[in-house]
Amino acid sequence: MINENSGIRKTDIINRRMFIIGAAKIVVLAGIVARLFSLQINENKKYLTLSDKNRIREWKLPPTRGNIVDYFGNIIAGNLKVYQLHIIPEQVENFNYLLLRLKTILNLSEKKIQRIIKLKNKLKPWDSIIVSENLSWSQFLKINNFLYDLVGVKPVMTISRNYPFSDTYTHVLGYVSQPTEQEIIENEIVKERFVPGMKIGKIGLEKTLEKHLIGTNAIQRYEVNAYGKRINQLEYQKGLQGRKIRLTLDTEVQKLSAKLLKNKAGSISVMDIYTGDIIAMYSSPSYDPNLFLFGIGHDEWELIRNNPLKPLINKTLSGLYSPGSTIKPIVALSALENNIINPSFKVKCTGKTELYGQTFHCWKEKGHGFVNLKNAMKQSCDTYFYEIARLLGVDRLNITAKKFGLGKKVLGDYFDNEKQGLFPNTIWKRNKLEKGWVLGETLITGIGQGYTQTTPLQLCLMTAQIANGGYKIKPKIIVNNNPLTVEETRKAMELQSLKAPNTKLFDDKKNIKIVQEAMFSSTNERFGTSYRSRIDDPKYQFAGKTGTAQVKRISKRERELDLKLEDIPYNDRDHALYVAYGPYKKPRYALSIIVEHGGSGSKAAAPMAKELFKLIIDRNEMRNKQSNFEEVDI
Amino acid sequence: MIQRHSLNSDLSFIQKVKELDYILLISILILSFVSLSVMYSTDGGEILYHTKSHFSKIAIFFPLMIIIAFFNIKYWHTFAYFFYLIIILLLIWVSFFGLKASGSQRWMDLYLFVLQPSELMKISIILCLAKYYHRIKIENVNSFTGIIFVLTIILIPTIFVVSQPDLGTSVLIALSGLIVLWLGGVRVKYFIFSLITFLISLPFIISFLKPYQKLRILSFLNPDRDPLGAGYQIIQSKIAIGSGGLDGKGFLKGTQSYLDFLPEKHTDFIFTLFSEEFGFIGSIGLLILYTIIIIRIIRIGAISRSNFSKLFCFGFAFSIFIYIVVNLSMVLGLLPIVGSPLPIMSYGGSSMLATMIGFGIVLSAKVNHKQTIA
Repeated sequence: MINENSGIRKTDIINRRMFIIGAAKIVVLAGIVARLFSLQINENKKYLTLSDKNRIREWKLPPTRGNIVDYFGNIIAGNLKVYQLHIIPEQVENFNYLLLRLKTILNLSEKKIQRIIKLKNKLKPWDSIIVSENLSWSQFLKINNFLYDLVGVKPVMTISRNYPFSDTYTHVLGYVSQPTEQEIIENEIVKERFVPGMKIGKIGLEKTLEKHLIGTNAIQRYEVNAYGKRINQLEYQKGLQGRKIRLTLDTEVQKLSAKLLKNKAGSISVMDIYTGDIIAMYSSPSYDPNLFLFGIGHDEWELIRNNPLKPLINKTLSGLYSPGSTIKPIVALSALENNIINPSFKVKCTGKTELYGQTFHCWKEKGHGFVNLKNAMKQSCDTYFYEIARLLGVDRLNITAKKFGLGKKVLGDYFDNEKQGLFPNTIWKRNKLEKGWVLGETLITGIGQGYTQTTPLQLCLMTAQIANGGYKIKPKIIVNNNPLTVEETRKAMELQSLKAPNTKLFDDKKNIKIVQEAMFSSTNERFGTSYRSRIDDPKYQFAGKTGTAQVKRISKRERELDLKLEDIPYNDRDHALYVAYGPYKKPRYALSIIVEHGGSGSKAAAPMAKELFKLIIDRNEMRNKQSNFEEVDI
Repeated sequence: MIQRHSLNSDLSFIQKVKELDYILLISILILSFVSLSVMYSTDGGEILYHTKSHFSKIAIFFPLMIIIAFFNIKYWHTFAYFFYLIIILLLIWVSFFGLKASGSQRWMDLYLFVLQPSELMKISIILCLAKYYHRIKIENVNSFTGIIFVLTIILIPTIFVVSQPDLGTSVLIALSGLIVLWLGGVRVKYFIFSLITFLISLPFIISFLKPYQKLRILSFLNPDRDPLGAGYQIIQSKIAIGSGGLDGKGFLKGTQSYLDFLPEKHTDFIFTLFSEEFGFIGSIGLLILYTIIIIRIIRIGAISRSNFSKLFCFGFAFSIFIYIVVNLSMVLGLLPIVGSPLPIMSYGGSSMLATMIGFGIVLSAKVNHKQTIA
């Protein structure tokens, strides 16, 4: 019974102690429930976001670039569907077999195969490897025919930049290609939107207008697992195509320029003398920008790089030339403005002038006899301009030249390869060369030789500003949201000059007129240097000035030999230049032509102007019908 | 004596069936069904390996529980020490010849299935100590030799299991044993003294932990220390549970588990998956189910006449409670990660076997609750 008693006492203890634990259990359980409540109810939102962050991942797709169109809306930089070939490694049954098959079907090189294998080892098994970026249609068909045998291969259709006019616009547009690491880091917008396979502008407008053209990424939202593998697509957000950019250029004029300069090195620029619209801007030779889209081949690149005519240089903007006699209208104007001469001022030309023992030759050995301004301009008499330059002095000439845009960039920031050129004065020489100015240098500056360096576009702008009556214009290549029509622009220009005197480039309107008339006679009167290129029909009639820029000093012996062009080595031949505007009665367009090593301006450059003016003026009406307004703020 | 003898006489089969605790049985069945559905979800909504295997375990162990229920509880009393010894031997065997997996050696390959003896020890230690306190004179409970003896009983398996290494299970074995000591009447001050001693020596104990165990404690204290390494499990678990919200993401729609963000979702983190898919409401439901089971077990202990049954039932009820609390605290980020399964829910044969045997003994205690054991 002791046992029995002890058993009952034990039972009491057990029950009592069980009760104590029971109470403890309730407390602990309450703690667990409280924790559950705090996680699931109080902090539900936080954890729901975290869970979504875990499972949802975004993939950016390359944005579609905006189109670039010419003034008439023709696409000059567009987008094209291209066919690509991707391999998805995890779907491939036998990788080596697949590579072997692809090698035969697509003629892949051994190097390419090695690169694919390298990529395969680097990427995740579900990341696709791009085998070929740009399959031809026949290759694409071939792949599709063999698809049953190519497990893990995916033919993909995507979009790529395309330049339908091939090399016509290369120096204006530039081209796109894969960005370098440096370019991604430096450009905020590229960094933000970069995805492998995306291309960015490397040069030209494609580069400077990158932020407008680039467009936004399309976004694919996928549910992914813990290892990052895509499970299913949740959402597809379309990207916005980049802005459409309309240029002031006219493809027809651009094409004619290309044709005229075929197999020559040189440049043609055409400008609206009121609006500053650049109608054409062509640098020859050019190259096909489409070659750069998928990485240019070594041989093709060498061919472009080693071409002696230097296709990679945009001659219109970065080619620096002595203006030669094309500077003479400015010299004449400057002399008139400074009251050095009047139209009846005469100089006797004997073919040469002596100054401090140095001989300065006129291009015409026999001399022009007594010439006034008009005749001097018409026949491009060097002696006359030596004389008025001497009387004027380089510093006063410099002021006029600067007013007309020489020595300054024309398009500003749009092209980072644009050069500003140089128009010298005495201060410049002292600062830069640390030597005093010599009077002889004034003389040769007066005929556009010496230190003066101009770009073809500067000469075009200079001519345009003479043609419009001496008003400053702001050249532009992009049609923007300026609402003024040509006629309104013209009136505004004159009005503006009353308010802001620096937009008026002359003191006496009469002087401009005199220069214009002289230029007219140079083209349209007998003995004028470009008389042979004239058009008599007043609708097309234009006024201009030829120029022949020496590339090297002509020795006495060479001068006596009077060599024919063909007998001079190419690199020693003179540059041929021509600036002109028309129609003379009611001017609207100005142009500048330069043919490198073309010989004389009257023979090599002026005839091109004749063809250009015909086309430009024929298209004038069509151009006027087009709206001069685009909703862009560039 | 005569009365006792008559009660001792075997009950007929029909009587036994009538005496079963049906509320407990049904609760266990529901729990089994829930665990199967969750296992189906871990298989990604298909009947794959884990679902099949879990089903076959339930299909074997549930009947086993019923069979045990029909055996008189006195046999468990009779063989309690023997079982304890056998399992100690198994633990020794495992420490030499056991299967190794992820750095620890806990399992023995029995061809049909892999047995983890330490899981069975959780039950066996309760049986063993219940028998001890059932038989000992109350005067001797707090004698020096008595205390030393029970501590030895607890320490031997604990040390074997710690050395496997399996900190979680060894802690659970020790706690299961200690609770019987408590119920058996060991003085409160001993418990208080040992608790204080434990807390004081805690830094010392920590210095003895293996590096990965220390890392677990560190990442418990601050999971963001290494979110992709040591802290990954607990962060992902909290995200899964927290994102479940009030009513959950829906059955088979738990993104955290479906997309493999949850580690060990079949075993220790099964509650995380359940809670993600069924939310706060489902979790509370599951806790209620467990509470019902525990209360039924305690009730059976309470109505049992023999102290052995009482000690076992109360001890087992407490163990189940501790398993649940340790597991939930772990997945909820309240405790460091120690491997500890959720009874019945977690995938794992030995744990389920031990739990079902425990339930079987409890049912047997119910059937024979009027019986006393000499």
